[in-house]
Amino acid sequence: MSSAFSWFVILGTLGSLAGYFLLLYLNRTTKNPGRTTGHVYDGIEEYDNPLPAWWFWGFIISILFALGYLLYYPGLGNFTGFGAWSQVGELTDDQDAADERYGPIFAQYAAVPVDDLVNDPAAMRMGRRLFATNCSVCHGTAGTGSEGFPNLTDEEWLWGGDAEQIKATISNGRQASMPAWGPALQDQGVAEVAEYVMQLAGRDVDASLANAGRARFNTFCVACHGPEGAGQPMMGAPALNNEIWLYGNSHLRIEDAIRNGRNGQMPAFAERLGADKVHILAAYVKNLQQ
Amino acid sequence: MNEFIERNIGLMILLTVLAVSFGGIVEIVPLMSQKVVTEPIEGLEPLTPLQLEGRDIYIREGCTVCHSQMIRPLRAEVERYGHYSVAGELVYDHPFVFGSKRTGPDLARVGGLYSDDWHRAHLLDPRSVVPGSIMPSYPWLFDTPVNVEDLPKKLATLQKLGVPYTDDDIANAAQGLEGATEADAMIAYLQQLGILIKERR
Repeated sequence: MSSAFSWFVILGTLGSLAGYFLLLYLNRTTKNPGRTTGHVYDGIEEYDNPLPAWWFWGFIISILFALGYLLYYPGLGNFTGFGAWSQVGELTDDQDAADERYGPIFAQYAAVPVDDLVNDPAAMRMGRRLFATNCSVCHGTAGTGSEGFPNLTDEEWLWGGDAEQIKATISNGRQASMPAWGPALQDQGVAEVAEYVMQLAGRDVDASLANAGRARFNTFCVACHGPEGAGQPMMGAPALNNEIWLYGNSHLRIEDAIRNGRNGQMPAFAERLGADKVHILAAYVKNLQQ
Repeated sequence: MNEFIERNIGLMILLTVLAVSFGGIVEIVPLMSQKVVTEPIEGLEPLTPLQLEGRDIYIREGCTVCHSQMIRPLRAEVERYGHYSVAGELVYDHPFVFGSKRTGPDLARVGGLYSDDWHRAHLLDPRSVVPGSIMPSYPWLFDTPVNVEDLPKKLATLQKLGVPYTDDDIANAAQGLEGATEADAMIAYLQQLGILIKERR
């Protein structure tokens, strides 16, 4: 704040306090206590009495309190107060106190490898709360996911299920990018590939359609999903040869995926949570498998 | 003097207003000159036309009634929502959409927290992703196209208020928005909220 504005605040604040004091002081006595002022309004008269003493002193104490407050807390322009209090300072103090209290607990868990932490009930209780706060919004409170949001309790991992891979997923997020094949395959091609994909998953299909689809699959899809449809965790390409379907298993939904592509996204949590919490969460997610 | 003021009602009104406004003048007027309030933080850009339309839908649908956009500097809030809100993030906001009631969570830093797909599922049917949610569904956002006609006027108005839109921005405001739905605009708006300050705990 410029010093002119600082003085504006100081003089405005202290000036108004002085003004109130002066007003009280000048009105501490009246000319004719015990008698009426002579005004009559609707038959109501008014005594010319001074303020009751408790009220008068109440005001005085309030003014003294205000002066004390203004000395301790920042209130007068650029003067920061003798208490050196600030909103952000109080926040930092609270955060430091919390770090001191919880830091050792996180550090203790951070030192345990994820695969062992899975068996620590206290860490898993902490993991459940972290999961409920940060992950359940998409993956569900039980980690079972919903359409478009992967189930974490089944055996399929889009991006890999090792501790390090899970940590990388939580920390940096993931961006799946299945291209839209509609323009390249045309409606007939999309239908054929969908039929072949259903065959890979071991379902009853129209054999001629599926056969036609196989050739197209081996041209367009094989690079990510593999020749047997086993998927590729490096690219987050799901396995197609099982019963797990992130976006629905009907012919219509599979066609929709092929035609329009899928761009599932997992947000990054490294900056939000920090490495220690990610560590505990990775263990909790692995624990969901058991 | 007391009697004189009481008998001159005009003077009494004037003095009352003066007495009441003193606190406000002392608190507010100096703030208007402070850089921390008036200067944008590094990297702050005006909303794109699509995001701006989303902002207006946010206001139209009354999102501010249940969602605040103001993270206070308290540990509990910073833990949950991220770095507290700072004035420099909001200098291009006309009007502010702070809100004052949290029936739902604060949205000041919701940008990037969920995927676009999640927002689509959530706006269409909040219960599909958050079973306990009491938020209403907004299905009409998905089949109402964005009203692009008014966009140049909106940008021009904001330009007058000091938001640094160029004349080119205004002329091209509606460009590329054919076929965009209100849901697209809303999600574009939500995904940029508070993303400039990354610091989290």
